[in-house]
Amino acid sequence: MEVEKPIDEQVAELYRTESRRVLATLVRLLGDFDLAEEALQEAFRAALEQWPREGMPRNPRAWLVSTGRFKGIDDVRRRGRHEALLAAVAQETREATLDPEGLDDETLQDDQLRLIFTCCHPVLPQDGRIALALREVCGLTTEEIARAFLVPPATMTKRIARAKDRIRKERIPYEVPSRSELANRLAAVLQVVYLVYNEGFVTTAGQALSRRDLAEDALYLGRLIADLLPDPEAIGLLGLMLLHESRRPARADARGDVIPLEDQDRSLWNHEFIEEGISLAHRALLSGRFGSYTLQAAIAAVHAVAPSVAATDWGQIVRLYDMLLETGPSPVVELNRAIAVAMRDGPSAGLALIDALLENGELADYHPAHAVRADLNRRLGRNDEAAASYRRALTLARQEPERRFLKKRLAEISG
Amino acid sequence: MQFFIYGSPSEKQQPKDPAELGKFMEESVKKGILITGGGLNRKETRIVLAEGKVSFTDGPFLEGKELIPGFTVIQVDTKEKAIEWVTNLRRLYGDGETKLVQIFGAS
Repeated sequence: MEVEKPIDEQVAELYRTESRRVLATLVRLLGDFDLAEEALQEAFRAALEQWPREGMPRNPRAWLVSTGRFKGIDDVRRRGRHEALLAAVAQETREATLDPEGLDDETLQDDQLRLIFTCCHPVLPQDGRIALALREVCGLTTEEIARAFLVPPATMTKRIARAKDRIRKERIPYEVPSRSELANRLAAVLQVVYLVYNEGFVTTAGQALSRRDLAEDALYLGRLIADLLPDPEAIGLLGLMLLHESRRPARADARGDVIPLEDQDRSLWNHEFIEEGISLAHRALLSGRFGSYTLQAAIAAVHAVAPSVAATDWGQIVRLYDMLLETGPSPVVELNRAIAVAMRDGPSAGLALIDALLENGELADYHPAHAVRADLNRRLGRNDEAAASYRRALTLARQEPERRFLKKRLAEISG
Repeated sequence: MQFFIYGSPSEKQQPKDPAELGKFMEESVKKGILITGGGLNRKETRIVLAEGKVSFTDGPFLEGKELIPGFTVIQVDTKEKAIEWVTNLRRLYGDGETKLVQIFGAS
């Protein structure tokens, strides 16, 4: 027989696996984020005290919820917080089923969704949504989030407090949006997840190393949402992130320098992620009700199955970019489409599109546009044109590894 | 008439051209043919009735292998139209087999 782990270890384990769910329910029962967070901590403290004496309750999760709720109400009374809040808590509590049988998985899942939608509510500023989602849904500490975004902890504390304040003042209801609102609200949630992922994927300034990797947190969020609300775009986004993530072992060298797709050692790609990502993208396409994340995932899937850049089906990629442009105009998508056209029809065809895009002005300060223009000119043997574009890209690029890459290429053609 | 369409579970086939598959499915939604499609969530819920008592549990998560690959429910006027639709779908995947069953009671 397996030896039972000590209670404090079991509590620590429970904290890891259950605290976010318990918090989501406590926010509903107590109607306030700060109150619920304190109540959560107190409930776990109480568990550490009582369980060694009295043994583990039969349903630890329900125990934590009901203990947290009592602690929270106590807290409100003791501090004489706003009467309105107290009334709200009393009201909610009357309505809530609190016996362990009533606290089923479905209620807990709904609470988690409520928490996600509230943290990503459109009235909150974008950076507030991201910070709140990482803190409340993923359970990161304020310091961890501050470090990940390279801001002082005090700034992040303020940002989170402001977001919570806004939720209180605007009386944002703690609910899963109604059907008519769902599409837009889900889009806001998915955007937060993708921004978190991209923050992990690239840094916009400074060194890439020494920061918490937010990709894992984004994947956690993406999986949670895809499981709770399997909308095609939620599935598509999870697929997209997994397909990007599959290239992680191959996309930087020991110094942290970017290795472009064409030079990546594809045998290093994570095939488990690829398989799952492709299957998710495929399923989202089959729904017929997909959007831009699914299409981007489908593009990543085409790359993922190609043995090399040359052997990639660029025609498929161009067609997927065409569909992506139908979901909404974007100069960056146009640029990527131009790259695919260059791969399908040759550098001059892509170059014509890129020059037209640059003339349009929208991408004039976007360094990848100049880097691509440089690269296509280099392939055509027009080294002077290429050098001019590499220099232009260098005046715009801020990330050190990228700058090193551009300098290397510039040196190659100048030498 | 509604039809349930599924591929053989042993077959892990990808579309020949994802863009074409996407377009085909999108158009099928617009035409009112595609009722639902895209497969199943990874998480299953088990409902057990034992001696009159109901219990249900969520999970465990299904592994990739255990998942029924993409299935689709379509609504068309005749069986011929259903066969035509599935043939078009099949062509997007290349050689292989797709099964079609009518759903009773759904008009």
